[in-house]
Amino acid sequence: MKRLPALLSGLLLALPLLALAVDADALRAGIEKQTDPDAKGLAIARAADAYDAGFGDIRADMEMILYDRKGRESRRQLRTRILEVQGDGDKSMSIFDAPRDVKGTAMLTWSHGVKPDDQWLYLPALKRVKRINSRNKSGPFMGSEFAYEDLGSQEVEKYHHRWLRDEPCGEGLQCWVLEQRPQYKYSGYTRRLVWIDKQHFRPMKVEFYDRKNSLLKTLTYHDYRRYEGHWWRPGRMEMVNHQNGKRTVLIWKNYRFHTGLRDSDFRKNRLKSLK
Amino acid sequence: MLPRLLPLLALLVAAVPAAADGWRLSGSISGQANLYPSPPRYPGQVRNDASLAVEPELYREWNDGALSFTLVPFYRRDSAGGERTHGDIRELNVYARKGDWEGRVGIGKVFWGVTESNHLVDVVNQIDGVEDLDGEDKLGQPMLSLAASFDWGDVEYYLLPLFRERSWPGVPDRQRFALPVDNDLARYESDAGRHHVDHALRVSATFGELDLGLSVFVGTARMPRLVLTMNGSGEAVLAPFYEQSRRLGLDAQWIVEDWTWKLEAIRERRGGSWYSAAVGGFEYTFYDVAGSGWDLGSLLEYNYDSRGLNALTLLQDDVFAGLRLAFNDADSSEILAGLFHDLTLGSEMLRVEASTRIGEDLKLSIEAQGFARMDPRDLAYGLRDDDYLRLELGWYF
Repeated sequence: MKRLPALLSGLLLALPLLALAVDADALRAGIEKQTDPDAKGLAIARAADAYDAGFGDIRADMEMILYDRKGRESRRQLRTRILEVQGDGDKSMSIFDAPRDVKGTAMLTWSHGVKPDDQWLYLPALKRVKRINSRNKSGPFMGSEFAYEDLGSQEVEKYHHRWLRDEPCGEGLQCWVLEQRPQYKYSGYTRRLVWIDKQHFRPMKVEFYDRKNSLLKTLTYHDYRRYEGHWWRPGRMEMVNHQNGKRTVLIWKNYRFHTGLRDSDFRKNRLKSLK
Repeated sequence: MLPRLLPLLALLVAAVPAAADGWRLSGSISGQANLYPSPPRYPGQVRNDASLAVEPELYREWNDGALSFTLVPFYRRDSAGGERTHGDIRELNVYARKGDWEGRVGIGKVFWGVTESNHLVDVVNQIDGVEDLDGEDKLGQPMLSLAASFDWGDVEYYLLPLFRERSWPGVPDRQRFALPVDNDLARYESDAGRHHVDHALRVSATFGELDLGLSVFVGTARMPRLVLTMNGSGEAVLAPFYEQSRRLGLDAQWIVEDWTWKLEAIRERRGGSWYSAAVGGFEYTFYDVAGSGWDLGSLLEYNYDSRGLNALTLLQDDVFAGLRLAFNDADSSEILAGLFHDLTLGSEMLRVEASTRIGEDLKLSIEAQGFARMDPRDLAYGLRDDDYLRLELGWYF
């Protein structure tokens, strides 16, 4: 009798996995049916979004290491919380731990599709919550090679998608190569090329083309791990800027899914009590 | 008593090992030099001064932050030996949250407002008047607060049982009026004096790209009237007289495309009559100027006070124009320059602030302020020879 609950919970855990596995095949079949490159591109973007849906909420710690041309390092540490929102962009909260002079600074973002995000910054020295004009997201995040728009919630509607080709993308993986043109105003890019792994719908590489359409940056994803048997997250992301020779590495740690965060944890007043 | 114990307390907090289970220690130690090109105008004032300040923070949370404790003592020792040598408990409070309700009891700090040149609506904490001319440094305020957050917005209420007197530069300090302010001679309109219980309430909501706040304050006015009087030694001094105040506040910020519009307005009754004051303007940012990666923000605000030249503020009919240059580099380098121009009197103040990080934990700040065409009727007339350059190096841990 004692083993029954364990057995039951094992079964219950396996059920959604089976359902998701079936889902992935159906998603792939739906994509390959498409012949028009635009329709196929959109189908891939939607499939990747659908495959990742249901994460609920996530907490993770991030370290950002900035390298200049001479290899000089500069580090930032932050804790992040993300809430999946049905029918709109996700909500996120980031709290800085380093550099020490900005410790306690926190940022709340309610992302939307094509509409500008709502964003508030909390400045701990003044205890001030400041609404940010988030329209221009092409600027660098904390002096890094990541722009705000690279780190925001990647909603399907933010881009016009077009499938270009299929291509091997390392470690025996096959990828769809997608061209994405930003549909929101004030982007720093004319387009991005994204390599999406066919098996698990994970981004493996992104190339960013500047406003003059020349290659600006390349982002690569590494050390993917699967959480709760379904959701894949990278352990490391590396952004190389080809024009200025600088690069930024993001190290992700302590991913936790379904931690019980609620909508009320993403209200602006909550910024004041985070540490 | 307390001021004398503060350096000890600050040391004690700093001595708690950072590794002590669950307790988090952070903060800063900073050195500062204030340099004045002109000799002082008033007898007893020093020419230049240097100081050292420590502001550690001890924090612990339980239950994923639903309960927390914060202690932030502050102490500055200044070479002039005046009032700038001072200490304060910036924070000493317990915070608790249950569902959509939260409360805080102890000494805390609250900021209300949206504009950059003036903080009209901000009323809960008293200004620490010896730290900086910008009035952004505040004294810790004893409080009991209760806040509720709803889908439509937030409501916050503060019960403030003990009044904090504003601090003023002393006889040897620069940046003071012709006569020093003597806090020992402070008087109050209310018979309860410092023990008058004040109340503050703010309701705020977000409507798309409009953030709106309405506030009410009933209690002892933070900015006193200054009365010419004699102290015990028969010297002429200024004595603060704290009136009772009732005031309504409005703060609004509206984002329209690239423009951010801001407004703060108050209507206050003190000394038997009502007056109004407002500050409003906009912020517009030029991104990636000429492909440099730098962002240049421009600010324009107008300050108004219906009391005109009788107002207890410098900003009664003043335009503020500012530029903020962010280099977006790894060291977060930034330059902020602002010019205040008094439309009634023609007097002007120019302020420039620049900062950059050095390595991982050091921050260098430079601040300069200058006064020009000062009119004897301007409240800052006494500061006309106090153009200064401030260098500060802070170590953050």
